[in-house]
Amino acid sequence: MTETTTVSPAQPLVVEEGEAQRGFIGTNVPRKEDKRLVQGQGVFFDDVKRHEMGFVHFVRSPYAHARIKHVDVSKALELDGVYGTLTGDEVAILTDPFFELSTPPGAHIKDYAIAVGSARHVGDPVAAVVARTRELARDASELVEVEYEPLPHVLDGEEALKDEVILHEDAGSNTVWSGVFDWGDFDAAVAEADHVVKIDRLHFDRFSSTPLECAGVLVEYNRGTGQWTLYGNHQMPGVGAIWMAPALRVGLDKLRFVSQDIGGGFGNKITLHPQFTACCLLARKLNRPVQWTEWRTDQHTANTHGNERTFLDVTVPVKADGTMLGFSVRAVDDCGAFPRYEPLGCIIWAQVTPGCYRWRNVRVDFTQVCTNKSPVAPNRGYSRMQHLWLTERIIDIVSQELGLDPVAVRKKNYVKHEEFPYETPNGCIYDSGDYARCLDVALELIGYDKIEERRVDAEARGKLLGFGIGSTLDSGTNNFGQSMILNPELQFSGNNEVATVKLDIFGEVVVTLGTVPQGQGHETTTAQVVADILGCTPDDVHVRAGHDSYWNSHAGFSGTYASQFAVTGLGAVKGAAEKLAVEMKQLAGAVFGGAPPEAIELAEGHARIKDNPEAALPFMALGAILNANNAGLPEDLDITLNVRYVYRPPFQKPDLERKYGNLTLTYATQVHACIVEIDPETGVYEIVDYAAVDDCGKRIHPQIVEGQVHGATAHGLGAATHEVFTYDADGNLLTPNFYDYHVPHALDMPPMRNGFIESESPFTPLGAKGMGEGGGAGIHAVCAALQDALGRRGEGPIVWRSCNPYHRVWDLLQSPQESRNFVTVESR
Amino acid sequence: MEPVRAQTVKVEVNGVEYEREVDARRLLIHFIRDDLGLTGSHIGCDTGNCGACSIIVDGTLLKSCMMLAVQVDGAKIETIEGLADGDQLTPLQQAFSDHHALQCGYCTPGMLMSATALLRKNRSPSDDEIRKGIQGNLCRCTGYVNIVEAIKAAAGS
Repeated sequence: MTETTTVSPAQPLVVEEGEAQRGFIGTNVPRKEDKRLVQGQGVFFDDVKRHEMGFVHFVRSPYAHARIKHVDVSKALELDGVYGTLTGDEVAILTDPFFELSTPPGAHIKDYAIAVGSARHVGDPVAAVVARTRELARDASELVEVEYEPLPHVLDGEEALKDEVILHEDAGSNTVWSGVFDWGDFDAAVAEADHVVKIDRLHFDRFSSTPLECAGVLVEYNRGTGQWTLYGNHQMPGVGAIWMAPALRVGLDKLRFVSQDIGGGFGNKITLHPQFTACCLLARKLNRPVQWTEWRTDQHTANTHGNERTFLDVTVPVKADGTMLGFSVRAVDDCGAFPRYEPLGCIIWAQVTPGCYRWRNVRVDFTQVCTNKSPVAPNRGYSRMQHLWLTERIIDIVSQELGLDPVAVRKKNYVKHEEFPYETPNGCIYDSGDYARCLDVALELIGYDKIEERRVDAEARGKLLGFGIGSTLDSGTNNFGQSMILNPELQFSGNNEVATVKLDIFGEVVVTLGTVPQGQGHETTTAQVVADILGCTPDDVHVRAGHDSYWNSHAGFSGTYASQFAVTGLGAVKGAAEKLAVEMKQLAGAVFGGAPPEAIELAEGHARIKDNPEAALPFMALGAILNANNAGLPEDLDITLNVRYVYRPPFQKPDLERKYGNLTLTYATQVHACIVEIDPETGVYEIVDYAAVDDCGKRIHPQIVEGQVHGATAHGLGAATHEVFTYDADGNLLTPNFYDYHVPHALDMPPMRNGFIESESPFTPLGAKGMGEGGGAGIHAVCAALQDALGRRGEGPIVWRSCNPYHRVWDLLQSPQESRNFVTVESR
Repeated sequence: MEPVRAQTVKVEVNGVEYEREVDARRLLIHFIRDDLGLTGSHIGCDTGNCGACSIIVDGTLLKSCMMLAVQVDGAKIETIEGLADGDQLTPLQQAFSDHHALQCGYCTPGMLMSATALLRKNRSPSDDEIRKGIQGNLCRCTGYVNIVEAIKAAAGS
């Protein structure tokens, strides 16, 4: 059913040849990772075994909110084969609470590895049991007796703001962080407008990308050195260690993180520090390796969800010609029971403040609040996805209300190609792009010129046809200085990533990365870049699989997250390879009797004299000479053939007073277009056509880029149609497994056409932009298409939620006035 | 009478015979991964939905988290580790790599076993038959686009 068409523009928009573009960059070389993975020879954390290791099972709260009066583990300990337990009382003595990123009230929240005092969501761990087998650990956990005193709970973000039920007594309020962002002159924009459109309420639902591999870790404790080794799937170990080490009251180097293959992350594996800390405590207490593999039900219930956000009182000033002047909104973000990576989501959205649009006047009153639900974590498109859904909903609702064409309105309001680099009202610099062109490609792919004929055809079959666009930005390479806008006390800014490249004794080129890949093909793209710089082939480049803190090739922000590898990771690789190339030329020059490095070239696996290619040293000779046969080399030849490079993007600290500054380095574009057909009798609908156009600048490996586009689209379509974490009135998650939480399977995916353009980034080492998150374009496109189909029925409803399963579409069809009441238009 | 809590299981996996004493309640996937050390088959859910543990037992494709180890006594089992002939990948494995049908690789072993079973029954499946053939396998990375392409290419080879 799927048709994949790649449309290549006749001419790339920006042609700026990078220094390294010699051969392999930009081609689909075979992925280095594949050979082991297609044979089942990958090593995921759960594949790592240790002699006499114990299996960890967490005892979890059945209540959304309860005081923990007493925990009795004695019966569990009596069971043969049970090695030991851990309770909140022990954790409170042995660790300090994890540090909080927020200012007060959120700063005062106390978050531990295991619940201390109270359980704050269903699934909150209240104890852990370790036993000889997985089954036994589970049995034993049922023998742990916990006496709870149920407390009133609050599940809704707006309700939680009232502070009638308070989750964290230490904080004294459910509000984690709040602040007003005000750029341009919104009041003047309203005064200038011909129409003011108001939308009372929009709601972005809770979902997560649910990586197929759940979380987990095997922890070994070395009693002699006091060091823990964690074979796990944390995707941002640099920051994980910053959380864990102070809590465990040790130095950072006491935590060694190791991973080889990780079964998907999507941001959901950034906040594993509570569970990992519990495992560290158990490994030390029991003096044996302990292994925790999360169950699917536990991941859904108690690990990480995406942020849920309600947008209230959206106000949009519009000129008569369809030019929008900005917007104002009150946003309530529900982060669940603990902030953890939050409140960073309270600023991350500001990377894309005006979306793809030239809006200059924006006022956002943002509040984040705790509820008795699972904590959240960054989820593919983190925080920008929610915000971009708002900007796209604004475009389509305003268009519908004012009788404007959403295609024309987008083109009128998009930042224009000739305006790049474009500075947004809050100081972000959109590096490059051509949104209107991306939209044209999408329209062509989906056959937009035939849309009215298709509408008539669908009507003849009793169906409502809708067409929708989702245009988004995938902002990548964070300036962590944005965290200081939330909390000036935080000492984070800029960004970095590390790579080391060495030429070993037998001529092997060996690369180590600081990143933590989860399927993005880092080994492959790294080898492409190195091969082009050193004049060899990707097959000659050995890239170590995975991450190990002991490789000493990581820095404070190392990890794989936030669409940045093509910039930070490959920037580090390029820097290291170029330094190595210089050293190789220096060495060859010395061997050739003092030829200057400029006279040497690296090609075909040799260092050779440019003017006399016969005079050539194979890499093996260079590696062997420096490492094992170096007598007689010049004394002043100061080289190691083992270089480490830290890539640091060019960032400044933001202006905290104005909440102003460049928050990310690159902005990849996605424009998706979607056609749905709704059965008005039932609300059942089908996505009958779909097109996705991507612009991430220079594509290092086009096939990998396209694979990321497919995956991000599938996540968006799942979130738009089925995937939602729904709770009952008691705070029980109703979608705790893949039966109830329906992720797309092969038959759910619509036919997809793909296109691309390449607007190279002027700010990055290779002209590439980070990509892969996709900004939730699929969600926006489906909502827009549903809106289009439903809105054509006169006084049609407003699509006001991000997830619209059939029953919600049915509700919209049955009671259009309910959502219609959310929108008013004031025309002057 | 005391219930039987453990039993000896004899199986042939990828042509190798194994004999192990296993708990009666041991899941087949845990037996394969933890007792036999064949960690290529994976676990992605608690409920039989994801298909990462798919294997072929006596010629039938099944999810090994949905069976007990004691149920396979005497069976011949094929897992992902048995597909390639030494270093020689099957056309299907090669097609998965050529068409970028895998990213993180976690669902891949189960997906390959399902596709292998499909192609044994149907040498030239339509797109729709391919999608039906792998609908019991969840992939969170690829959106299935390139998986379908890869299976189609392998079917034609």
